[in-house]
Amino acid sequence: MLGEGILRGLAETARNFVGSFVSADRLTTVQYPEERIAPIEATRDFPFLVYDGGDWEAGMRCVACQICEKECPPKCIYIVKSADKKPDALGKPQFYPARFDIDISVCMSCQICVEVCPFQAIKMDTEFELSTTDRFGGLLFDREKLAKSNEHYHKIHPTEAAEVDARLAEEKAKADAKATAAAAAAAAKAAVPSKPVAAAAAKPEEGEARS
Amino acid sequence: MSENADQIFVLLRHWIVGFLPAGLQEIAGVVLSVIAIIAIFPTLFALAVWMERKGLARMQNRIGPNRAGPFGLLQPIADGIKSLTKEDIVPLRADAVVHFLAPVLLVVVVFMGIAVLPIGRNMTLVHMDSGLLFFFAMGASTELSVFMAGWSSRNKYSLLGAMRGVAQMISYEVPLLMSSVAVVMITGSLSLEKIVEVQNQYTWGLPHWYIFTPWGLAAFVMYATAATAETNRSPFDLPEGESELVAGYFTEYSGFKFALFFLGEYVGMLSISGLGTTLFLGGWSAPFAFLGWVPSWFWFFSKVLMSIAVFIWIRGTLPRLRQDQLMNFAWKFVLPFTLLDLFVAALWRFMSDGWARWVVCSAILLAVYALMGGVGMSRKHFGLRKYRYAE
Repeated sequence: MLGEGILRGLAETARNFVGSFVSADRLTTVQYPEERIAPIEATRDFPFLVYDGGDWEAGMRCVACQICEKECPPKCIYIVKSADKKPDALGKPQFYPARFDIDISVCMSCQICVEVCPFQAIKMDTEFELSTTDRFGGLLFDREKLAKSNEHYHKIHPTEAAEVDARLAEEKAKADAKATAAAAAAAAKAAVPSKPVAAAAAKPEEGEARS
Repeated sequence: MSENADQIFVLLRHWIVGFLPAGLQEIAGVVLSVIAIIAIFPTLFALAVWMERKGLARMQNRIGPNRAGPFGLLQPIADGIKSLTKEDIVPLRADAVVHFLAPVLLVVVVFMGIAVLPIGRNMTLVHMDSGLLFFFAMGASTELSVFMAGWSSRNKYSLLGAMRGVAQMISYEVPLLMSSVAVVMITGSLSLEKIVEVQNQYTWGLPHWYIFTPWGLAAFVMYATAATAETNRSPFDLPEGESELVAGYFTEYSGFKFALFFLGEYVGMLSISGLGTTLFLGGWSAPFAFLGWVPSWFWFFSKVLMSIAVFIWIRGTLPRLRQDQLMNFAWKFVLPFTLLDLFVAALWRFMSDGWARWVVCSAILLAVYALMGGVGMSRKHFGLRKYRYAE
């Protein structure tokens, strides 16, 4: 008869209405600022720059190669390459970003910068409470604001960070082995009649190993 | 004691008016009553909005507003302050005068309808012999406001919403009136006070409300359906269908004008529930004879709020109708059924008192309901759509 479906529907909503008072597991609402759910591990929103050690400026992994700047689809990254070189975490002289700005109001969280970075220097953050009263300056993150320690990376993405660390350690071991081999070769060459190029030739090799 | 509690507002008015010179007393009394109505109904509006938001949330297993005040009770006040401080935008090419007048007219008209409702014993603002007629005249004027808003905004969504609104409200105005006519036929009066007086009798402690008769129940169901459509409530909320028309006829309204539309809509809901209460649910009379000591205005307002709760319940349950379903339902089901109900009410009036008229009237109504609902409203099975082009 006409209206049967309406009555059935009304019964359904009434059951939900009463049920939401009776059983607490029906209510999925989390009272946000007071209660929080831990973000899942794959969460990502905006990039940050990883640094090793205690000092963000000295330990920054970024070598200002500008690949991410070129690959970024919405062009939200702005890098100024330094004129001089500073020793990185491994003690090798490298270029460093004199400026590294990300406009997070433009960033679309695509993670392409992370995928193209050869130095594991840029990673995705999970920090989402970024609201600000200054919509231009407040959303333009500079080097200092972007720099976050490797420990922070380990905290937010433990599995991924462990993999990255393992890969870096492997590369470092390879580079060290090559360096010692080169040094041994250079020493051997130095022992034989003088060949002044040997020391210089070792350098670009080292650079390649690093990359 | 209970007599005083029942008449507390009437006595209060007499007491205040007593301080004034004799010549001013009458007009002061009217002004006081108007102030009371203008204070009480927006408060009920705030309560209804709160009930709606909380109730709908619970039906969807959410919590609803719970930040402003205890249980979010101050939420309507926060919303009011927000809409007062917002910018009032009038579109550049809109008809500014009509655009301004539309929400004002809606609120004025809706409040004027309340003037004839008997809110409690001796608590009617205007004692009118043709109160029902006056109420419907005022109710019909809301269509004018809707169309003014839609036309003056110079916006396609507004205009579409207004056209839908006018079509729907005119269609459902007819069954709304027709279902009330049954009550008028039985009572023999258009005066709402008289209608309540007749229902305020008890047999074996049970009231003589019209909803407890076969024709009254049928008329009430039809009245409730038409009232839902008349106030543009879900499932008949086509004029303001968010998914297709932004907000319908008040798309171009912001700030306090929007709040006025909101107020007008809810007070319209309250007043049409008040009329339904008056016509079918015994107005201010108590549901059982032994509860007669409870103040009459308490019964009126609790019945109105119960009706609002049902409105909310229906909104939480039913999806929106399509335009053709809406029109089919009005003209092919609700209107014929109310006409039949008029006939049954006449039968009821002229058959002698006894069980025979209960059986005959119920049987006629039930049979026709089943027949019309089953055959007339049966779902059509559409095949592939065939397109016909003009030659």
